[in-house]
Amino acid sequence: MTLSWFHKLVPSKIRTEASTKSTVPEGLWCKCPSCNAILYKSEVERNLEVCPKCSHHMRISARKRLHLFLDPGNRLEIGEGLAPLDPLKFKDSKKYKDRLQQAQKATGEKDALIVVAGQLLGLPVVAGAFNFEFMGGSMGSVVGERFVRGVNHSLEHGAPFVVFSASGGARMQESLLSLFQMAKTSAALGRLSKARIPFISVLTDPTMGGVSASFAMLGDINIAEPGALIGFAGPRVIEQTVREKLPEGFQRSEFLLEHGAVDMIVDRRDLRERIAALLALMTRDGRAVAPAAAKAPPAIGEGAGEADLARCLSALPMDDPEAE
Amino acid sequence: MDLKFLDFEQPIAELEAKIEELRHVGFDNEINISEEISRLEEKSRKLTESVFSSLSAWQISQISRHPQRPHSRDYIDLIFQEFHELHGDRAFADDPAIIGGLARLDGTAVLVIGHQKGRDTKEKIHRNFGMPRPEGYRKALRLMRLAERFRLPIVCLIDTPGAYPGINAEERGQSEAIARNLFEMAQLQTPIVCVVIGEGGSGGALAIGVGDRLLMLQYSTYSVISPEGCASILWKSADKAELAAEAMGITSERLMELGLIDSIVPEPLGGAHRDRERMADNLKTELKRNLEELAALPMEELLAMRYERLMGYGVYEEPAT
Repeated sequence: MTLSWFHKLVPSKIRTEASTKSTVPEGLWCKCPSCNAILYKSEVERNLEVCPKCSHHMRISARKRLHLFLDPGNRLEIGEGLAPLDPLKFKDSKKYKDRLQQAQKATGEKDALIVVAGQLLGLPVVAGAFNFEFMGGSMGSVVGERFVRGVNHSLEHGAPFVVFSASGGARMQESLLSLFQMAKTSAALGRLSKARIPFISVLTDPTMGGVSASFAMLGDINIAEPGALIGFAGPRVIEQTVREKLPEGFQRSEFLLEHGAVDMIVDRRDLRERIAALLALMTRDGRAVAPAAAKAPPAIGEGAGEADLARCLSALPMDDPEAE
Repeated sequence: MDLKFLDFEQPIAELEAKIEELRHVGFDNEINISEEISRLEEKSRKLTESVFSSLSAWQISQISRHPQRPHSRDYIDLIFQEFHELHGDRAFADDPAIIGGLARLDGTAVLVIGHQKGRDTKEKIHRNFGMPRPEGYRKALRLMRLAERFRLPIVCLIDTPGAYPGINAEERGQSEAIARNLFEMAQLQTPIVCVVIGEGGSGGALAIGVGDRLLMLQYSTYSVISPEGCASILWKSADKAELAAEAMGITSERLMELGLIDSIVPEPLGGAHRDRERMADNLKTELKRNLEELAALPMEELLAMRYERLMGYGVYEEPAT
């Protein structure tokens, strides 16, 4: 690119904003926010929203995440009917009610966490995923309640619980109610732990604040996706407090691994197999996960045909006859 | 100690200054001005009553951070006997932003833990302004486990701007330390009474705030983020803290209405710092009452109630299917 010298001068955050939002039109092509490569959209989708050039893990919607993670079919959404309210009648520059409506319209979801019971390579699991698009994946009452219902479903069925976090933290518009969701979700995990049912926490970009400081750090196994921002306080707040420049790679997955906060960093394309293998060991399930079997269901790995992919994606959002 | 007055208390401050002046005059002169003094004192009291009868959330927030507001250690000294401070998390360090130890509450052995802010500049820095690092939360957890083992009830005094947002705190797992405390406190086999005595600052407060009872002193605050922080994010300007304080409903009265706390401990006229002994007495009465009630419960029932209480947090709608 002729302007590459210029791009190097511009801080990467500013660059991504400008490039992804304004210069690339909706359509067949997209640009990697990390390496700026122009990518064929369906190729990126086939690659689970991981840049084929630089392996940057892009943010992914909750529905899509669960769709890619769980085996096809036999899915039951949990707490689907729960919808947020505005007990404080909160209003800043905008009303909370309007923010909610806007987020609901943009995502097609009622709130930021979606929980679905299904199977992972044949093993029954309950999986939850955050929509960062929905008010920054913030945790309010509905998120907390859906989380707890997920835990309860796990308890009832003895099925492991897996949650993919992507959240800025607590939802300020629900004030203390949202803070208390931290205590609620963490307490529920106590039950799971007593019942010896595994909880796997997958920390994806970003996992901060009240979500990081509650269930997301409480996994029996904590897994991070590569390069995810994970931490308690936001980098800007820390910079303002300590008045120092933050070290390179601060609060990234690799930093957390080095400091002992996560067990491993796993590429998104390997998550299904890796988590299935771990769960099989933790639940003393004798079945080894055969690599072949791992790749067969929903045909999204290497070598999946365009047709398979189209079928997968057209099934979004999930419609499940078993759902209440 | 000279009373310090907040901006909105200026009319009271002026009256008090006048009274003080008259007292000096009284010493020098033979004229009997005691009548005038008591008249002004009565006026000052009435004025304080009227100012304090309609405080805004932002004003209450300022009282909760008043430079003379009693801190955990003050209440420990005024309420408990035989306090033995215990130090360290046994892994990394002792965090002076949280203090804890064994003590007696009129005969009953208890464990008391609290955030500790500093009074003067030197102590403020030493205590990191009451903002704990992970080792503070880990010390608190170690002490709470000790209490559980020896069947001692736990009293937690909450007074922090929040968990420390620093590089080293992140390196040592601030998130995990807070999360672990929430997880463990939910199932700790001993009664836990938590009291917000000043500032209840977000996760840093909650990390020693999960229990069977949650009380707030009348002019304390408890919120998910500081009014300044909320304002700078949602209003894009920290100057709107007043609006943010109002919107978030951070006062004891509002949180009581929302059903998030169990009771409000009344403060003396003008706030806890105007009469620490009276404040300590009020708190002591409440602590004893709550601990007695909890002590009467079988452990299983206590834990089941605590769990139900935690699961009950949240307001949402769910159409019948």
